[in-house]
Amino acid sequence: MTGEHSSKQYDMDLETIRSKVLLMGGLVESQFQDAMIAFRSGNITQADQIIKSDENVNNLEVSLDDACSHLIVKRQPAANDLRTVMATIKVITDLERIGDESTKIARAAKSISERGLATVNHYENVRVMSASAGKMLHDALDAFARLDGKQAIRLIAEDAVVDHEFRSVMRTLITFMMEDPRTISSALDTLWVAKAIERIGDHAKNIAEYVIYIVEGKDIRHTDYAAAQLAD
Amino acid sequence: MTTQSSMNMINKKTLEIKDLNFYYGNFQGLKNINLDIQDKKVTAFIGPSGCGKSTLLRTFNRMYDLYPGQRAEGAILYHGSNILDPGQDVNMLRAKVGMVFQKPTPFPMSIYDNIAFGVRLYENLPKGEMDERVEWALNKAALWTEVKDKLNKSGLSLSGGQQQRLCIARGVAVKPDVLLLDEPTSALDPISTAKIEELISELKGEYTIAIVTHNMQQAARCSDYTAYMYLGELVEFGETDQIFMNPAKKDTQDYITGRFG
Repeated sequence: MTGEHSSKQYDMDLETIRSKVLLMGGLVESQFQDAMIAFRSGNITQADQIIKSDENVNNLEVSLDDACSHLIVKRQPAANDLRTVMATIKVITDLERIGDESTKIARAAKSISERGLATVNHYENVRVMSASAGKMLHDALDAFARLDGKQAIRLIAEDAVVDHEFRSVMRTLITFMMEDPRTISSALDTLWVAKAIERIGDHAKNIAEYVIYIVEGKDIRHTDYAAAQLAD
Repeated sequence: MTTQSSMNMINKKTLEIKDLNFYYGNFQGLKNINLDIQDKKVTAFIGPSGCGKSTLLRTFNRMYDLYPGQRAEGAILYHGSNILDPGQDVNMLRAKVGMVFQKPTPFPMSIYDNIAFGVRLYENLPKGEMDERVEWALNKAALWTEVKDKLNKSGLSLSGGQQQRLCIARGVAVKPDVLLLDEPTSALDPISTAKIEELISELKGEYTIAIVTHNMQQAARCSDYTAYMYLGELVEFGETDQIFMNPAKKDTQDYITGRFG
């Protein structure tokens, strides 16, 4: 945010919203990390904790939506303030979905572990792509916190890498399934995990696009803007 | 989107303001203003008090002529002729460029005569046609249904919002090209304000409208173009949507987001 409003309360309202978004971002980031740990270790207690913690993320989404509506009705924000509020409403939707995807990973970890399918541990197959998606999420939150358009542009390009890794994981899992049909069940569960990770990358990319919207006032969704900027 | 690109519109211009400077005695109220007012569009002027927006509006019909010591330099082209030219027929100009002020200023006469008074200055209409013109103007100002049974009552008996619409009807009655509105709703309640804004959007199909307002939401709601002025200078001019969503200049952004001063 640049400069201060004549109304200090306005600044405080905006700052409260911003720090709550970052809090929510921190929550989903650790949710995702923990989910991957649970997937690796097959720790059912940890998986349950992750599923339970999604409640906090959901509550934050509701309270942030409410705070944004209140800000709009009280302040009628314009220009960059309006863009910030609009983008925030969208960012928290993506964050909430990331929370949902992490919950899916935790459920898959639980299911594999409970059904005793962990004879072949597929964690190695998704480790690389989960690291890429995790970094994207981290960078997206960082770009949002610092309103860094350049960083946002860079991480949008990363999404193609995660998508590529997803396809490669899929091929590996198909090979497993063809070689030994007993692994089909766990391989399918792992495929859902890989899909969830791939979706988290997409959501991180969306957040980066909203950062560009705040900073530059350009809506770059469904355009080649980021690629063109990187090429320059 | 810069000021330039938004100017490259195919739209006709009603007023072309070129290198306009304005002086109140020794004080320079407007500094080198260059701006086009588009035909049949609403142009809003925003800016803090004393930035020159009302001064600029008052040059469009030479309202400043009424005060000694005030003078304008430069050119305002209206249909190819310079409004500021000493040879300009000011009365004809003001018939073509009507003005409505911040406070409703009905004449102390009947509602009917409030409208007919101005028309009589320029046209000699038979009674029947005058009746039609009065009804037409009151209809245009969305006031007819409220006053049609009391046209002989004093204009001062109306509510503030009705008085302001009466003034707009009076301005419209002489069939001007341009309507200048100087904070037309700042003394009105929200419902009357909404009616005037509704009126502005209906009138813009036929008239070129320039409006000065302190209410930024009002500028965002009812104008096509917005000019932000500060200390007598035109800081930014562009399409209203662009000015309020993504202004090119930081000063404009600071003002419309309330980070000013």
